[in-house]
Amino acid sequence: MAAVSLDHGLILAAILFVIGFVGLLTRRNLIVALACIEIMLNAAGLAFVVAGARWGSPDGQVMFLFVLAMAAGEVAVGLALAIRFRQSLGRLDVDDADEMRG
Amino acid sequence: MTTLFYIAAAVAVLATVLVITRANLVHALLYLVVSLFAVAVVFYTLGAPFVAALEVIVYAGAIMMLFVFAVMLLNVSADAPLRVPPSAWVGPLVLVAVLLAELVYGIGLTDHALHAGEVGPQQVSAALFGPYVLGVELASMLLLAALIGARHIASQPETPEIEGPRPAAAGSATRAGDGGEA
Repeated sequence: MAAVSLDHGLILAAILFVIGFVGLLTRRNLIVALACIEIMLNAAGLAFVVAGARWGSPDGQVMFLFVLAMAAGEVAVGLALAIRFRQSLGRLDVDDADEMRG
Repeated sequence: MTTLFYIAAAVAVLATVLVITRANLVHALLYLVVSLFAVAVVFYTLGAPFVAALEVIVYAGAIMMLFVFAVMLLNVSADAPLRVPPSAWVGPLVLVAVLLAELVYGIGLTDHALHAGEVGPQQVSAALFGPYVLGVELASMLLLAALIGARHIASQPETPEIEGPRPAAAGSATRAGDGGEA
């Protein structure tokens, strides 16, 4: 089972994380931004599972379960915010929410 | 197994790139489901079948269902056509066909090389409710807080200007009250 090297698994996780980060920076749709955050969380969980598989330990999978629970809570609150965003501003463009001049 | 890993990794990377490049929101969500499936296959080839099943059930099932419900609630279909045109089926179909071929090949493996380094559900559960039981309790509190927070944020505001036709329908007081609660 050690055929897949640890490096390649971690490289895959890094590639997925960077793709999600690029999407978060380039897209302005709020739903797509939330999906990109999901991609990044999934890549982080993938790194945990790869490291756990390398040493045959269940700890990596346990940490992935915690990442999963956190992602579920995050996406519930995020989508609720998206619904309120659409109701108050009429669009889903994140650049519309610039009243705080951030 | 290494070949399966690399094919699934390529599918995951390709589908994720397509997620962030599609202009249509529904198409992006479609590719995100394919990406999560590919990552589930990666988990399986890494010897983590329990997490692979959870990836499909929770991520591709529950979380993507939340996304699709939000898209329907937000009425994005006013901007984009709700019916996906057949030309948009080709990309996800090709990627999913690769994953299906991998699945059939993996089931066809008769030797137990697939499960050589497997960390099964029993070990994961023993660790989860052994040294990590405090984390489980914290995760339950986090999910409860997210539930209450999402319900509070997404609920209708009490200001009456959005509910325009409410005074006209004031004759049915009970139904108006139910509408305010929902």
